Amino acid sequence: MTSLIQGVFNQFPAEISKDFMGNNYVIKKGIKSKQAVMLAAHLDEIGLIVTYFDNLGFVHFSTVGGIDQRTLLNQEVIIHGREDINGVVSLVSREKLTASKKSFLIDDLIIDIGYSQEKTVQLVKPGDVVSIKREPFTMLNQNIAGKALDDRAGITVMAVCLNELCRIDHKHDVIAVATVQEEVGLRGAFTGTDRIKPEIAVAIDVTHAQTLDTKAQVNIQLGKGPVITLGPNIHPRIYSGLQTAAKENRIPYQIQPVAGPTGTDARVIQLSGQGIPTGLVSIPLRYMHTSVETISVLDVVDCGKLLAYYIASLPEDLEELSCF
Amino acid sequence: MFLKELCELDGVSGNEKKVREYIIEQLKDKADDYKIDKIGNLIVRKKGMDGNILGVPKVLLCAHMDEVGLFITEITNDGFLKFQTVGGIDPKILVSKTVVCGNEVPGVIGSKAIHLQKPEERKQILSIEELYIDIGAVSKEEAENIVKLGDYVAFASRFERLGSGFNKAKALDDRAGCSVIMQILNNQYRCDLVGAFTVQEEVGLRGSKVISNYLEADLAIVVEATMAKDLAETFEEEWIVELGKGPACSLMDSATIYNPELIQKVAELAEKLDIPLQFRRGTTAANDAGNIHQAGRGIPLITLSIPCRNIHTMSSLIAMQDYENCLKLVHSILENIQVFCSNT
Amino acid sequence: MSGNINLDFSLLKKLTQAYGPSGNEKEIAGLIMGYSKNHVDNVETDILGNLIIRKKGRGKRIMIAAHMDEVGVIVTHIDNNGYLYFSAVGGLNEAGLLARRVMFSNRCYGVIGRERKESEEEKSKGKYFIDIGVNSEEEARKMVREGDMAILTGEFVENGSHIISKAIDNRLGCFIALEVLKNYQGEDDVFFVFTVQEEVGARGAKTAAFAIEPDLALIIDTTISYDTPKEKYRTSLNNGVAIKVMDRSIIVSPVIKNWMIDIAVKNNIVFQSEIISAGGTDSGPVHLTKGGVPTGGIAVPVRYLHSGSEITTKLDIESAYRLLSELLKNPFAS
Repeated sequence: MTSLIQGVFNQFPAEISKDFMGNNYVIKKGIKSKQAVMLAAHLDEIGLIVTYFDNLGFVHFSTVGGIDQRTLLNQEVIIHGREDINGVVSLVSREKLTASKKSFLIDDLIIDIGYSQEKTVQLVKPGDVVSIKREPFTMLNQNIAGKALDDRAGITVMAVCLNELCRIDHKHDVIAVATVQEEVGLRGAFTGTDRIKPEIAVAIDVTHAQTLDTKAQVNIQLGKGPVITLGPNIHPRIYSGLQTAAKENRIPYQIQPVAGPTGTDARVIQLSGQGIPTGLVSIPLRYMHTSVETISVLDVVDCGKLLAYYIASLPEDLEELSCF
Repeated sequence: MFLKELCELDGVSGNEKKVREYIIEQLKDKADDYKIDKIGNLIVRKKGMDGNILGVPKVLLCAHMDEVGLFITEITNDGFLKFQTVGGIDPKILVSKTVVCGNEVPGVIGSKAIHLQKPEERKQILSIEELYIDIGAVSKEEAENIVKLGDYVAFASRFERLGSGFNKAKALDDRAGCSVIMQILNNQYRCDLVGAFTVQEEVGLRGSKVISNYLEADLAIVVEATMAKDLAETFEEEWIVELGKGPACSLMDSATIYNPELIQKVAELAEKLDIPLQFRRGTTAANDAGNIHQAGRGIPLITLSIPCRNIHTMSSLIAMQDYENCLKLVHSILENIQVFCSNT
Repeated sequence: MSGNINLDFSLLKKLTQAYGPSGNEKEIAGLIMGYSKNHVDNVETDILGNLIIRKKGRGKRIMIAAHMDEVGVIVTHIDNNGYLYFSAVGGLNEAGLLARRVMFSNRCYGVIGRERKESEEEKSKGKYFIDIGVNSEEEARKMVREGDMAILTGEFVENGSHIISKAIDNRLGCFIALEVLKNYQGEDDVFFVFTVQEEVGARGAKTAAFAIEPDLALIIDTTISYDTPKEKYRTSLNNGVAIKVMDRSIIVSPVIKNWMIDIAVKNNIVFQSEIISAGGTDSGPVHLTKGGVPTGGIAVPVRYLHSGSEITTKLDIESAYRLLSELLKNPFAS
């Protein structure tokens, strides 16, 4: 993943580095280069982890991050063992379940990799990570379905933003951080922010977009523009700055009030050091934490541009921005 | 081998056109003639080497072209598609999968994100009524311009290798059978061959009902894919068939009781030629054999099946050695046709 | 009723005790062939195994059909200890199987067993198996293989006017057809068909009717007797032969039904009606053959159908015999 990230960001006139935990830093210098703006999107995705194998060579597993086990049946997966091994998730015993309306549990599932037990033992070890095998799937209106768009969409937003910033002047250094271990407790962002000590920060993540069965719970629409969050987790002036940048550049946007800490990197970034003014922009996404997460490319591009225009619009001294 | 191409073609029951056209394209130069009947079954004929000698046996080879899939029944006001299943599909397998609707329109079957669910919701199975297809349309009007009510939906899944000698694909039931018969029709035997590639097997053996009205034969061989449940925690006696143990010869299913003498002859031939053979332990489910053996005055018949894990899903698995051995066995039966057609 | 009927019930005993689950009717077919060969012109076995016995004549082509097969079990798996796992062949009631004896064609006997279950909840779930009294798979395989079928045993007992046995369904039909065949004096071209695979969906009758193309078909079978202590008003024992009106597979043409009733009334034959909403018989596929075949059905009521202990009565058997004989004397003309 890291090398892939470096490949993406190498095209910019920027320095790339990496820390011990695995966070990647891409530094794009500003004209003044006095203060730093941090962008953060997380690199990790939800997945599975091998727990043991039975005497027929079938691999048993557990989840890493919040996964609805019902989305796993008959899913194609890749076990990242001694080598990458393809497999299919199956039910150990379908009969057990056919009678009732009860769903199966994670323990009822196995991965069938088509090897004997002896060979399986050589190839796979408990603790090996398993990811869902799914190529991106393009649909109508430049919508894309796939796995791990949470938060590869956010990483892409950072790339679009840096690309824009190559064309427009910006005063401050921009440090785009691809953080690790977000899904298990925002761990990478916590250490990363402390290392770079930015003046302000904007996290980029995904947020639920409305579907047929979530109308009562979700207002955000797919394809209607990036989502700007406000609330206690967000510095009000970053929120209003993002909103102004969107309006001035005619970028469609949606607003999402969150009444407490958000479930994103912004949650811990805000609490780093003496406190860091933090913003959050999100990409609308359907079917979060499944292998068919769906986003609109238009939202991603608009979000990247919005961030770039916002950064370009920042005053020379960020100190004043951080005053309430 | 035609298996990869066959599996990657979409041909849900009632919409087998692409599969039929592919088979015709591949076989038209190898066979004597072919025809398509009114329901869509493809009949390919190939004369035997014994030509017009009176009494040369005629062998019917049958596999079905159709696969299970979905069917669009409603386009919602937001441009989502509601659907029903075509053939036996467990709704549990549909969540979080990619599909191809109608005229190559990609879509996904999503479900409510885990974050938005109550804990009890996760314990329930999502029913067909709760599921829907998302093609990324922004409105009913847009969706209606691209898909129609009654459009067929197939699983999006590639034919790929897996593990030691397994292959994963959708529609292995029964493109595996189609592929075996296509390979057989590339050869010539002493007997006359009739390849019947049937439609609508998955929705009640409907295509073979029609061919049984007009086809006659001295022996019929149905080549199928059959459910294997050789997984952990399932009792051995419930496995039905095992992958890698050779083709499975049916003893009885819900539509056919197979002739014990014919089964015996198949078993003896397999043993003599060292071709692994197993018996299908289950007696439920049905296939085209049910109609064919009752055709006209009756046709002596055997069913050979390639064991298939995760049958009727987007990620079915077969062992390629079972496929090869099935092909070998059908070939050997035809080479030794006098043994099978002598006293019937 | 007229008392000069002399049916040979020792033949019925042999027929009921023969082995013949669906798809494995050779033994019973051989027995019937042996009894009938002196009385007929042509005997033939078709591809599915139907036995077609013809009494040639210049008149109508009439098909008389009775199925030979009985319900049973089929071995699907043999485990390491030599226990046999099985599926039902035909409509066997699994709940009544525990500790029943079964018999294979080679006269190997077994007992149906089940895992002992501790909790009430588990009790209904256990899988049945057959114990043939061996210690290993190897030993078992010397006697039985996958695909072999077994039948439920049940001795033939004459209890005064009642008869108790296994396979009264439908060796009784075969018996009546054979007795009628023996005494047939008419001019019509009569095909006595002893069909296969009725219990699994009336499959044999379909191909036989296709080959014969009869002008008239009469099916003889057994039917459920509903005279358990608390149930009344439906088909019951000792009320005579049942004339089929309807089942899941056929609604008998009123013309045929009335012809049969007229003949019964004219000849003082006791009869009742067979109207059931479940289950089908050979009459289903036969009446749908080619352009359609005028088809009627007569049935003898039997208690505990599809068990090893079916019960019928001589009165009903005799009235069925008489009705069929009289029907053949005055065949239906369309």
